[in-house]
Amino acid sequence: MSKPVLFVLQALVAVIAIAIWWLVTQTPILGDPSRLQFFFSTPGDVARQIIAWFSTGEIWYHLWITLVEATLAFVIGAFAALVLGFWLARRPKLAAVFDPYVKAANSLPRVVLAPIFTLWFGLGIWSKVALGFTLVFFIVFFNVYQGVKEVNRTVLQNARMLGMNERQLLRHVYLPSALTWVFSSLHVSIGFAVVGAVVGEYLGSAAGLGYLIAQAEGMFDIAGVFAGMFVLSAFVLIIDWLVTLAERRLLVWRPDNQSQH
Amino acid sequence: MESAIQLKSVDISFAVHGAKPFRAVAGADLNVAKGEFVAIVGPTGSGKSTLLNAAAGLLKPSAGRVELGGQELSGLNRSAGYLFQADALMPWKTARDNVAISLEINGVPRREALARADEWLVKVGLRGFGDRYPHMLSGGQRKRVAMAQVLIRDPEILLMDEPFGPLDAQTRLIMGDLLLDLWQQDRKAVMFVTHDLEEAISLSDRVVILSTGPDARIIGDFPIPLERPRDVSEIKLTPEFQTLHRDIWHLLKEQVLKAYGYNSEKRA
Repeated sequence: MSKPVLFVLQALVAVIAIAIWWLVTQTPILGDPSRLQFFFSTPGDVARQIIAWFSTGEIWYHLWITLVEATLAFVIGAFAALVLGFWLARRPKLAAVFDPYVKAANSLPRVVLAPIFTLWFGLGIWSKVALGFTLVFFIVFFNVYQGVKEVNRTVLQNARMLGMNERQLLRHVYLPSALTWVFSSLHVSIGFAVVGAVVGEYLGSAAGLGYLIAQAEGMFDIAGVFAGMFVLSAFVLIIDWLVTLAERRLLVWRPDNQSQH
Repeated sequence: MESAIQLKSVDISFAVHGAKPFRAVAGADLNVAKGEFVAIVGPTGSGKSTLLNAAAGLLKPSAGRVELGGQELSGLNRSAGYLFQADALMPWKTARDNVAISLEINGVPRREALARADEWLVKVGLRGFGDRYPHMLSGGQRKRVAMAQVLIRDPEILLMDEPFGPLDAQTRLIMGDLLLDLWQQDRKAVMFVTHDLEEAISLSDRVVILSTGPDARIIGDFPIPLERPRDVSEIKLTPEFQTLHRDIWHLLKEQVLKAYGYNSEKRA
């Protein structure tokens, strides 16, 4: 499929979805429109709300807060996971000892942690960063661990025979191999950093997209809730697109990279 | 002649879970002189690669010893260059970086390492391919990069484990010629493992035959007095080559048949 055709088809999905939404909430084909408007708002109201947010500039502050929280969560989480993943992957005995605890910690639903983090880190950005951290950390951690474990044996032996010492093996063989795995999970881990930030804001905060949505919900302002969701989706799409750009630059050496995009 | 590497009554065993250890190679004695090109030939599963890995220090013999110029080898054999059968290039480095890294890790400044890597890429016939990543190169081109990567370090001993095994027949001939060309310039001791007798005879000074494993032994040692420089694709047509091939094949064939018999018994 050529790019313009694909784009037209993708746009068509949005147009049809919005058209159905409009028909349901503005015409009496599925019953009383004013009743349905209470549950689904209308495309016009949601658009007006989004335009109002952007024209007053109010939204930028909230977007900025969410972005800062997600970025901090990602950077700190990925870094900690990289260090710890490397460390444990190179020490199988230690990894075996910690294995059940890592799995137990990962299986914990993060939402239950949110109140604890609020208690520990307050209502500011750091409780949200902590929530995002717990999500990002495990994804990156398992990928680094896998990446170090599954280094190609021939490449490793060859590097050894060329005379690399442990430090050089780490830099030229283990790290690039682990980073491949980290990059391949970048879309997921960055997505989760945003999820952590928004959920944290939703559960208790004074700023951010999650806060906006929670506020609107509290006032039965369905247009506000929908508008918040749309802005959030666009926000995630833009970040995802940036990740794809970064990936293309960083993984040029990968065979499947050209065919994929 | 002065010895470059010597295997003295080398046994190599592998631990098998819940069974007695599997002895792949038994009592191997092999002396490779400086500047000598020795090919090691044997049927599948005869422990050829195992023997080579012992010479590289990647495997420790369970009995016997490996000596380098009279000194017993312990740990990795730093004076050896190893050309692997499988792709061994770092896929995240360009061809140039893959070659230059051999020098960089030994303390050569990056700028100089890159310049010398470029020279080596020209030597192996890859002028202008320096910026490509391994996946953008063909199998034969990747082997050329691997050769440059190993040879740029100027190792005293070259260990090759069926390096041209994965390549097609024409490419193998070309790579054989390239190898001999480079080797001719400063003769290093070479241990070249292959299952292809023609390749072994056309490249080497001496062909060593391993018996079928387990407990593989060296059962034949044939000097190859063919003139050098050689043309790998032409030499096969000479009567001398064919006589040598007939003599050695006579011995090897028995082992090959035994290897298949052994395997089919095992399967049944």
